Amino acid sequence: MDIGESLFLLVLTLDATVRVATPLILAALAGLIVERAGVIDIGLEGKMLGAAFAAATVAAVTGSAWLGLLMALVVSVLLALLHGFACITHKGNQIVSGVAINIMVSGLTALLGVAWFARGGQTPPLSDEARFGAVTLPGAEALADVPLIGAIYSELLSGHNVLVYVAFLTVPFVWWLVYRTRFGLRLRATGENPAAVDTAGISVERMRFLALVCCGILCGLAGAYLSTGHSASFIRDMTAGKGYIALAAMIFGKWRPVPVLLACLLFGFLDAVAVRLQGVALPMVGEVPVQFVQALPYILTVVLLAGFIGQAIAPRASGIPYVKER
Amino acid sequence: MTGGPPPAIELRGINKRFGPVHANKDVSLRVPAGTIHGIVGENGAGKSTLMSILYGFYEADSGEIAIFGETMKIRGSEDAIAAGIGMVHQHFMLVDVFTVLENILLGAEGGALLADGMAAARREITRLEEEYGLQVDPDALVGDLPVGLRQRVEILKALFRGARILILDEPTGVLTPQETDQLFRVLDTLRQQGVTIVLITHKLREIMAITDNVSVMRAGEVVANRPTAETTREELAELMVGRKVLLEVGKRPAQPRRPALEVEHLTVIDEKGLRCVNDVSFTVRSGEIVGIAGVSGNGQSELMEALSGIRSIDSGEIRVNGTRVTPVRPTDAKRMRQASLAHVPEDRHRMGLVMPFEASESTILGYHDDPKYSGMVFMNGRAIVADTAGKMSRFDVRPRNPFLKTANFSGGNQQKIVLAREMERHPDILLVGQPTRGVDIGAIEFIHKRIVEMRDAGCAVLLVSVELDEIMSLSDRILVMFEGGVVGEVAATDADARTLGLMMANIVPDQETAEAGHG
Repeated sequence: MDIGESLFLLVLTLDATVRVATPLILAALAGLIVERAGVIDIGLEGKMLGAAFAAATVAAVTGSAWLGLLMALVVSVLLALLHGFACITHKGNQIVSGVAINIMVSGLTALLGVAWFARGGQTPPLSDEARFGAVTLPGAEALADVPLIGAIYSELLSGHNVLVYVAFLTVPFVWWLVYRTRFGLRLRATGENPAAVDTAGISVERMRFLALVCCGILCGLAGAYLSTGHSASFIRDMTAGKGYIALAAMIFGKWRPVPVLLACLLFGFLDAVAVRLQGVALPMVGEVPVQFVQALPYILTVVLLAGFIGQAIAPRASGIPYVKER
Repeated sequence: MTGGPPPAIELRGINKRFGPVHANKDVSLRVPAGTIHGIVGENGAGKSTLMSILYGFYEADSGEIAIFGETMKIRGSEDAIAAGIGMVHQHFMLVDVFTVLENILLGAEGGALLADGMAAARREITRLEEEYGLQVDPDALVGDLPVGLRQRVEILKALFRGARILILDEPTGVLTPQETDQLFRVLDTLRQQGVTIVLITHKLREIMAITDNVSVMRAGEVVANRPTAETTREELAELMVGRKVLLEVGKRPAQPRRPALEVEHLTVIDEKGLRCVNDVSFTVRSGEIVGIAGVSGNGQSELMEALSGIRSIDSGEIRVNGTRVTPVRPTDAKRMRQASLAHVPEDRHRMGLVMPFEASESTILGYHDDPKYSGMVFMNGRAIVADTAGKMSRFDVRPRNPFLKTANFSGGNQQKIVLAREMERHPDILLVGQPTRGVDIGAIEFIHKRIVEMRDAGCAVLLVSVELDEIMSLSDRILVMFEGGVVGEVAATDADARTLGLMMANIVPDQETAEAGHG
C-alpha cells in the first residue's frame, strides 16, 4: 500500500465517519438540551425510530423527502410530548417512561410496517427523488483531481445530503442557544435548581416542555436522516442502539455541545473503522474482533463515568420531577 | 387620605386552609413603609404560609392584600415581583454552577440575548453594591461562595428586580455570628434607604436587636402586635407558646464524679489535609455538662465525629470510663456505642435519621440488632412499635404515631425522636450536637430539661452548639475552640457573652495587661 492509497483509504473512512456520526450528533444534542432542563430522555432511540418510520412511509407514499421529514418531526415531537406528559405533568419516572416509549415504538413501527406494506416490517424502497440526495458543494468537481485537498474537499466535505450539513450546523447553534440566550440561561437553571427558576417567576414545566420540543425536532431530523438520507427505506429496529450511543456521547462530552460533537465523531470513527477492519489482520495485534471495536464507545463511557477521564457531572436536577415545596 | 403614607403591606382577613388544617385564620397585618417588621412564632404557626401567600406561592382562600395602599391579587411569584416584593428564602434559590451575575439575571434578563442585559445588569449591580454596601464579585461562581455571601446574592437578586419590600425567611439559621452581624448592618442600611423589611425568625434575640415592630403568630393567628421597644423576650416567648416559658434553664450546681470521657492530645486531619482538631485534651466527668463554644467550622463537628467513632483520628487517645477506646481505621461507631457512648449528631437529617423511614424504624437506627428488637433472622415488629410508642409518649413526640414517616414530623419532634433513641440507652457519655437547631421554643425548653436530667442521673454530657445562649445556660464548664484547638476554658458561672465572643475570635481578653504580656 503506498502513501496515496492509504491517504485515500483514510479519507474514505473519515467520510464514513461523518455519515455514521450525523444521527449521533443530532440525537446527542437532543439529549443535551433536555438533560440541561433536568429531564432524562432515554427515549432518544424510540423517537429516532418513530421518525425514521414516519419519514420513510410518507416519502414512499408521496414521493417527497421533505414531506417525509415533516412527518418525522411531527411524530418525534409528539413522542417527546408524551414523555413530558408522563414525567413532567404527572411526575412519573423518567427512565421508565423513556424505556416504555422505546419498546412501544419498536413494536408499533414493525406492526404498522407489516400492516401497511406487507414487507416484513420494511417500507418500500425509495426512489432517488424521494430521498435526500447528495449535495455537491461548488467547485467540488473542479478540485477533484487536485491531490489531497481535492480528495478532502470533494469526498469528505462535499457530496453529503442536506441533513448532514444541518447536523453539523446544529452544533454551533445549540452552543449559542444554551450559552448566549435568555432561553439557554433559563434552560440550564431549570436543570440545576428548578426551585430557583420557579421563584424567579418562570414556569419550570413550560421550560421542560420547550426543551422536549427541541429534543423532538432534533430526533426527528436524525430519524429522517436514517431512513431517507442514509438508507432508502425503513428497516425494523434500524436505529440499532444509536440512541444509546448518543446518550453515551452526551455524557462523554459532559453535556457541552462541542465536546459532544467530538465524542460523536470519535464514536462514528470507531464504527467506520470496525467496518473496515472486518477480516483484516493488523500487524502485531492480529485480527481485532469487530464486536470489541463496536463496544468501545460504551467501554469509554464507563471508564469516563468511573472518573478516569476527568469528571462527568450531570445537571444536578436531571431526572428529578419538580414538585413545588411547602 | 389621612394619617400619612399608606403602609407598605396591609393584609386584611387572610384565610388559608390545607384540607383540615387551618394554616392562616383571619390574619391581619400592617407593616409601615421603611420599617423592619419581625414575625415570630413556633414552627407550624403559619408564618411561612402567610409569607408564601404574600409572595404568590399560594393564593389565599379569602382576604385582601394591599401593597403601598393598592389592593391587588398576587397569583404567582411574577405578580409579587412586579408589585415590588422580593423574598430571601430559607434555602437559597440559587444555581450553584452559575456566576453571581447569571443568578441575578435569571428571570430578569432584559432581552432574548444575554449580551443585551449583561452590561446593564453589571452597572446596576455595582450601583446597588455601593448604595447598600453589598459587595460581591459578580463573576464568582455562587457554589464557591460562603453562605453569608450567597445570602447577599439573594438580597441583590431581589433589589435588582426593584424590590421595595424584602421578606427574609429565617435568614440567620445558617449564618455564623459574624455573618449575622453583617446581615443586620445591611438590613439597617436598607431600612435607611427606605426599604421595608419583613423578618421571619424564631430567634427572639434577633427580633429585639433589629426590628421596629413585631407580630407574634400562634396556631395560624396573629396573637399580638407590639412595638419592639415596648416588649421583652420573655413576653414574646410567652405569646408564642401560649404559656410561660423558662428561657433560663433551671438546674442545680453540678456534682461531678469520676472522669467518664478523657481525651488526650487528640488530632484529626481532614480530607483537605488540614489539622481540623489540633492536639485537644479535656475530661468530662459523670454528672457534668461540658459545653464547646466556637464559631461553627472551628473543628467542633470533627471532634464530635472523632469521639463518636465516625471519623478516624490521626493521633491521640480517647478513654471511656478509664478504658482506652481510641478509634482505629477503619472507624467503628458501633464500638463506641458499646462502650456506652451515645451520640446525637449535629445534622439530624443527614446523620441522625432516615427521612423516608417510619418513626418506629428511626427509633432503632444503630440499635437494630439489639435482641430486644431483632431475632436471629427477622425483626420483631411488634416489640419495635411498642417500644417506639413508649418513647414517643415519654418524650412527648407529636403526633404520637409510630408509623408516620420521619420526614412528616416537625423539626422539634424529629429531634425528640433522636434524643429518645440515644438517651433511653442510659449511656455513660452523651455527645449532643446542636440539640435545638431548627427546633421551636416549646420543644427547646423540653430538650434542655432532658439534658439536665441526664446529667443529674450521672451521665457525662458533651455539648456542641452554635447558640452561645444555649452553651451558657446548659453547661457547667465551657471550652472554647478556635481553628481546631481549645483556646480556653471557663466555668459557666464566670462566663459572659462578651468574653466568650472574644475567645471564639481568639482575641485574648485584657491583652494589654502586663500579666498577658508575660504569658
